[in-house]
Amino acid sequence: MKKPFLSKRLVTSLGLFMAIALAASFTVRQELFRQPANFPAPVYNTGANPVTDAGFALGKKLFYDPILSADYTISCGSCHIQAAAFSHHGHDLSHGIHDLLGTRNAPGLQNLAWYSRYMWDGGITNLDLQPIAPITNPVEMGDTLSAVMRKLNSHPQYPGLFEKAFGTDSITTDLVMKALSQFMISLVSADSKYDKVMRKEGASFSPDETLGFQVFQEKCASCHPEPLFTDQQFRSSGLPILEEGDEGRYLVSLDSNERFTFRVPSLRNLKFTFPYMHDGRFYTVDEVLDHYASGISHATRPDPAFKLPDGSYGIPVSPDQRKALKAFLLTLNDTAFVKNPLYDEAGSQLYIK
Amino acid sequence: MKSLLLLASAILLLTSCNRKLASGSNSPAATSTLTLSFENSAGDKKVTMNEDTYTNASGENFSVTLLQYFISNVSLKKTDGTVITLPQDSSYFLVKESVPASKQITLQVPKGNYASVSFMLGIDSLRNTKPLAERTGILDPAGGAEGMYWGWNSGYIFFKMEGHSSAIPDNKAGTKKFRYHIGLFGGMNSPTVNNIKTITLNLKDKQVAKAGPGKKPVVTINTNILQMFTGTENISIAKNPVVMVSPFSKYIADNYASMFSLVAVDNQ
Repeated sequence: MKKPFLSKRLVTSLGLFMAIALAASFTVRQELFRQPANFPAPVYNTGANPVTDAGFALGKKLFYDPILSADYTISCGSCHIQAAAFSHHGHDLSHGIHDLLGTRNAPGLQNLAWYSRYMWDGGITNLDLQPIAPITNPVEMGDTLSAVMRKLNSHPQYPGLFEKAFGTDSITTDLVMKALSQFMISLVSADSKYDKVMRKEGASFSPDETLGFQVFQEKCASCHPEPLFTDQQFRSSGLPILEEGDEGRYLVSLDSNERFTFRVPSLRNLKFTFPYMHDGRFYTVDEVLDHYASGISHATRPDPAFKLPDGSYGIPVSPDQRKALKAFLLTLNDTAFVKNPLYDEAGSQLYIK
Repeated sequence: MKSLLLLASAILLLTSCNRKLASGSNSPAATSTLTLSFENSAGDKKVTMNEDTYTNASGENFSVTLLQYFISNVSLKKTDGTVITLPQDSSYFLVKESVPASKQITLQVPKGNYASVSFMLGIDSLRNTKPLAERTGILDPAGGAEGMYWGWNSGYIFFKMEGHSSAIPDNKAGTKKFRYHIGLFGGMNSPTVNNIKTITLNLKDKQVAKAGPGKKPVVTINTNILQMFTGTENISIAKNPVVMVSPFSKYIADNYASMFSLVAVDNQ
């Protein structure tokens, strides 16, 4: 028994040595899709579309390639910029092909595998169907899906990349969407200070942040619950009607009770994703908090969650509470996420080209 | 709600599976064919694209530039009461006025005497929620179903008709165009309008369709688009030139459920 034990140990040591040598000579691998310890199980069925190196790289290439738009000018990445946590940096509304303007604020992309509905109105319930909307929207990428399939199938590189990722060079709607999903679900943001505190990774809240966390839990968490900081429900924030009069989820559900409701957005990466609300009408967190304090309009049937004991609507916070709340909200920013070279358009050399 | 809807769909599917399953072209049971031949008309006038002018129940003149609709989930009832449900995967068809061949739907059927035929106008709710891998061919949003699929509100358009009418005030582009894009399968996460219609035509009203070796019956069906404008709610083109995802679509769907009628059964 002794000899085999020794030789086993020798083999283990050799293996370990080789692993270290490998790690030293090659790029250290980052996980593509992962479930953070403080997150629930994902909603997206990764079993039906497991993330692979080749699939991720292909999805990323497609995400940043304007070939998906009618005139080769707009990519997914045009309106979903990494530095802005994949929102459209500083834009209230986004402009698509021919400088046409959309009607809603391009939301940030993060933790998409935990969502069961997409878009501000939840009109799409499967991430694999989501890219069809911007690709075919006449004011976004303005293309047709059949044209996209033709362009990809006759491209010098794409058929080979699909062969690597999916074992076939015949590019179909299904495979294009699966590749995009592999990249998109890999956009996991869970390394904010908040996450590190929750996972007890050596970080701790300052006194202001601690107080702010309490204010948050008392006044915000019912609609923005941890760890995603959204309950994914459709609610009206009582925003005064602007000229467009966007009826929100009503446009897809046709349920008059859902008129003017929009999906509760996540508060993660708040610092990077301004301006706020479905139409980007507020440029600062203070403007948002001012709205919740005293700006709620009855015209858009505000959510009952805003109702106060005296019958009025609002979220009153004292100046001290607001200061603390803002300090806490800053702990939701994940700088590693917005700088991660894995997601970077130019960072493709980490994997296949 | 989602699980409830899926459960309901599953039960529906199981119920249909309970019936005697018919057999695709590869099965020995499919010994013959039965053709559904669609003829689009406006009253007693044949639909001619871009040319003829028709008059609806509100007295409005209109012409047609686009007319297409999904026919799916075809089943046939034999004279002995047996129901033959076509294999679902090969039971989706898009009838396009502009493509004559698309108006001839040839089904692989077992030998038998058929007393009635049923089909959906539209796409069943379950298929509307399937992964893309199960939506190929005529159901591929980048292929056969292009233009018959809403990307922003995932689901198929069942019936699409566009044209011009002098009754409509000029639109922004200065044309008098109407657009009817009718879909909605009842909702994925929460219930919404369901415009799926199932139509049954009694072949015996003309004659039983006899399928067998050397017998390939053709069932001619008239689709009268004027019916779309009349019913419990008359549709005025001037008042409603554009109907897509809206509660009003229900009235059009209620009306178009009655636009199909049996013209002839030809036992060839």
